[in-house]
This record gives sequence, structure tokens and C-alpha cells, in this order.
Amino acid sequence: MIEKTDVVIIGAGPVGLFAIFELGLLNISCHVIDNLDKPGGQCAELYPEKPIYDIPSRVSISGQELTDDLLEQAKPFKPVYHLSQQVEKIEKLESGEWLIITSVNKSIKAKCIVIAAGAGSFVPRKLPISDIAHLEEKNILYAVRNKSILEGKKLLIVGGGDSALDWTNELSKTSNVTLMHRRKEFKASPDSVSKMLELEKNKKVNFLLGQIKGIEDLKNDKIKVITKNNEEIENFEVDYLLPFFGLKMELGPIANWGLNLDENLIKVDTEKFETSVPSIFAIGDINTYPGKLKLILSGFHEAALMAQECFKYCYPDKKNIFRYTTSSKELQKKLTSI
Amino acid sequence: MKISVTDRDGNKQILEADNNSTLMEIIRDEGIDIEAACGGCCACATCHVYIDNKWMHKLDPIDDDEESMLDQAFDVKKNSRLSCQIQMNDELDGLELELAPE
Repeated sequence: MIEKTDVVIIGAGPVGLFAIFELGLLNISCHVIDNLDKPGGQCAELYPEKPIYDIPSRVSISGQELTDDLLEQAKPFKPVYHLSQQVEKIEKLESGEWLIITSVNKSIKAKCIVIAAGAGSFVPRKLPISDIAHLEEKNILYAVRNKSILEGKKLLIVGGGDSALDWTNELSKTSNVTLMHRRKEFKASPDSVSKMLELEKNKKVNFLLGQIKGIEDLKNDKIKVITKNNEEIENFEVDYLLPFFGLKMELGPIANWGLNLDENLIKVDTEKFETSVPSIFAIGDINTYPGKLKLILSGFHEAALMAQECFKYCYPDKKNIFRYTTSSKELQKKLTSI
Repeated sequence: MKISVTDRDGNKQILEADNNSTLMEIIRDEGIDIEAACGGCCACATCHVYIDNKWMHKLDPIDDDEESMLDQAFDVKKNSRLSCQIQMNDELDGLELELAPE
């Protein structure tokens, strides 16, 4: 089934979320797509607890609070969120609309695309070891998609954060799990940590101090992981290696959409924030123009101007009458409707 | 003031440094490939560097935040630091460091 909307926003970070609001004021409906499983982008993923001091009127606000407030502010416009998926492909239809297809095969038709993708989408950080590409997705898994293939297998999980500990606790029920981390202190939630330590005490999980030094393909569906703790080298033969070193950002498929780029940033004009392809806009950290500052507040400004131009694509026959939220009865009704 | 930076290909560069910047900023602003994804707020580990051992004692000790962020870095050594957490100062004139793998 193809869903339909006026605008598809790529990226649910602060600027993408504020774009819902600015577009909503002009009666433009939005769907928002993000690769993370929650809205907020870098604010929610990288620094949910860190205070931000340069949001106008907010003396200090954490990344998570800012996200929560932007979600609340966008709510009256009933945005539809498609999370845990990435836009894979866009296609210009004869009608002039865009067909947007995501990594889980969701199709959405829209009149405009607004790219608010920050530094790209968050993907797991891969091991910086050469010649292991053929083992990735085979013996080296950066995410667990299908738990059943791991049953009864010998696993080496690496990392000290929530992903590493949660999977250690979960997979130790059905697999032979060794958890390796560079120190015996963990960043994961205290609850997961105590659970893991309990499992270790009961010999359900082996814990190992160390780091990955190298990987060899044993050509029998197993791999040898060479580990190092200070100067001590140890080898592990395992079926699967699951390294959890957090996430990094990558531009991803956007690079192939024929937009004018400048070092992985999308070139836009400063009147409409439109890209080199009409009806595709780029706002926030992902765009570039003379004098660009990568600030959340700049992204907010860009969202407001972008919305003015989007209106022309969404309502080609209508005149856009500029109204303030302080004076427009219609806007006030909409904003207080929930 | 100067610092010496060895990149991942082993090339050594001498950079002009000033007291207003962190080591990450000095490296980034010179156009050397250092990701520094979070912009310098100790929320990622993509500005991971190895400080030459003879300079280690001149640095402020690592704090808990930085230590736990290093959990996301690869091949962490005793001289591993996040370059965004080190403010340049007169004492560090001549400091040598190497970019960690990513």
C-alpha cells in the first residue's frame, strides 16, 4: 500500500521535528522517516543528558527535553513517524510527485522531500580491521536481526554499553556467551550490569578483560578472534563475534540522489533552502551555504523559510497569506486542538 | 606553539596551536581527517588519539566521562585520550600525538 502525504521529512532530529510545526502552520501534512528507533536524532542518541545553552529563551535544556518539547509542539499537526528505517530510494513520478521507498519497503507518495538528516543516519560502528568485509554479516554481526541462528553457538560479545550487556544477558539463555570489555566497568544501565555479573557468578556467562586485535577466517564457518589484554594475547575460536561500539553517522543513499554536494553536505540557496533538484529541500546540519553555522537555531530558521516554498508545491493555486500564531484565530484553534 | 600529529597513514604534520583551542579543534581545523562527530562534547569517541608517552604526565588526568566514552573506541591503550577533552596550553607546546584507527 502506498501512503500519501504532502511532505516527507527525512530525519527526526530537532530540525526535522520543528519542520513539522512550520509546515503544519501552512496546512501541510508530513510523514517523518528516521533510522533510529526513536525521534530526537543526535540530541536523543548522542547527548540526551547534556545541557544545550543556545536555544533561544531556554537558559539550559537537555537533548532529551528539547526533543520531548519539539514532539509536543508538533503534535497538533498529527505527523506520521516511520522509525527504524532508512530512505533507500526516491523516484520522480509523472505526476510530479515523489515516491519514497524505505529499507523496510514502505512506500510513500509526497509533493516535496525535506532532508533534515544531520550528519547522516546512525549505523553501527564497524571494526577498523582490514580484510574482514567478507565475514561481516556472516560471522561478525553488528546487530542481531535473527536470534535463532545464534542458538547453541559460541559467541564473543564485545563492548560495555547497553547493547553489549543486554545481548549478553539475553543470548546467554540459549548460547555459549563470552563478554569481552577493556575494563570491568560498564556504561550500561545498572540493572543490566548486575544481571550480567550475576550470570557470570553462576557461570552462565564468561567475562574476559581485553580488546580485539585481529580476526582470522578459519574457513569452517568459524573465526579466530585474537584478543589482547595489555601484553597478553589470547585466541578465541567462535561461531559469531558481536562487536557493539556504538553508532556512527553516514550519509548513506542520499549521496546517490543526484543532488549537488560539497564534501558530503547538500548545497542549498539561502532563500528557500532548496537543493539543486526542485522540490527537494535540505535543512539543518546536512546543508551548506556561504556563512553556514551548524546550530540548531539556524536549522529552525531554515525550516521556516523552506515551509514557505513548500507551500507553493503543495498548494499551487492558493495564495499563502502570512499569519502570526499570536493573531490568527484559525492557527490558534489548530494549535490548541489537542 | 606547535603540536605534531601523525595521521593514520603515518604522515607527520606540524600544526600551529593556540591556547584557545582543544587538540581536536586544532587537528580538525587544519583539515586533517578526524571525525569528531559530536562536535567536542565528549559524547562519542571519534576524536580518539594516542598521546606520545613522554607528554602524558603533562595532561590533566582523564575523567570518568572521557574514560567511559573510550569504551566505544577501538584499540584503546594506556596513552589513549579523546582529543576534544584536552585544552591546549603553554605546557603542551611541542606535544606529539597519533590518530587512532577508525
